[in-house]
Amino acid sequence: MTVIELIKQPWPWYVAGPLIGLMVPALLIFGNKTFGISSSLRHVCAACVPAKIPFFSYDWKKEIWNLFFVFGIFLGGILAAMFFKNEAAILLNADLVIELSTYGVNDTSGLIPADLFSWSSLGTLRGFVLMVLGGFLVGFGTRYAGGCTSGHAIMGLSNLQLPSLIATISFMAGGFIMANLILPYILSL
Amino acid sequence: MSTVNNNNTDFEVRSLDAMCVNEEEVKTPGWHNLKYLAFGVLFGIILIKSEVVSWFRIQEMFRLQSFHMFGVIGSAVVVGAISVFLIKKFKIKTINGETILLPNKTFNKGQIYGGLIFGFGWAMTGACPGPLFAQLGYGAAAVSVTILMATVGTWVYGKLREKLPH
Repeated sequence: MTVIELIKQPWPWYVAGPLIGLMVPALLIFGNKTFGISSSLRHVCAACVPAKIPFFSYDWKKEIWNLFFVFGIFLGGILAAMFFKNEAAILLNADLVIELSTYGVNDTSGLIPADLFSWSSLGTLRGFVLMVLGGFLVGFGTRYAGGCTSGHAIMGLSNLQLPSLIATISFMAGGFIMANLILPYILSL
Repeated sequence: MSTVNNNNTDFEVRSLDAMCVNEEEVKTPGWHNLKYLAFGVLFGIILIKSEVVSWFRIQEMFRLQSFHMFGVIGSAVVVGAISVFLIKKFKIKTINGETILLPNKTFNKGQIYGGLIFGFGWAMTGACPGPLFAQLGYGAAAVSVTILMATVGTWVYGKLREKLPH
């Protein structure tokens, strides 16, 4: 098996997790930056539509490294699609596949369900709710919480910050409530 | 919070956030930002190849149907925590010789309310902010709508911030 073939396989958690963890010291040592992603959205607001709101009235150019980082993630996605794409469908828990099929979500081959997240599904009620309302909640919630999975769950917990533990528990609680109690109704729309 | 103005808001607001309080004192040319681009590329590839960006993997996580996501986040935290411990213990400096700053976070209720709200969005979109950008690069063009709405959500939070419980 060549190296490229090896890279094309799905990476197990014990490879990917430690590599993600190494982002923390890498950013600290190479530029005194704390790992975090959701703030980039704030910098975009500050750069484009500050509207004299105090929360967006700061020198976003000082934080431009974060926009480079985020643009890199986007480029990384492109490169992964060009060179390291795994053509095989990802292996999912059988219970999940059965549950989703009851909502007409049958295509489980890609990374995101084409039945829910696509231009055509944007015109359906459930697609609209998932993409438009879901996206809004991600942006609103991360900023309200002061960080997302990277800033709180990974960077904050690595630095043993109690507020980050509280935030991470809240993320998980919100996710469990949505996925198990509310999402079934949204998928039935 | 209601007394902030443009003069003193900078540090006050930045210190409340997940990041932004530390910056390099050493002046470096703009192209040095390319190192962050490189780290981002690496991170994006890791996110895709570990299937962390998969909506399905997030659903498995929140239904306790797979260990994968817990393994990824858990081992990332362990490696990150060991790294931070070593940086503090040996007072490791940056490549420019600066002292590494690790600001402490202060608790406010936003971490609970906002955390729950983000959790709802995470389970709906199957993505936190990092994976959204990776998904878009990977070819899911419609995710641009989700990213745009996340930016709108961020803006609305900034607009309503003084009225929200913290």
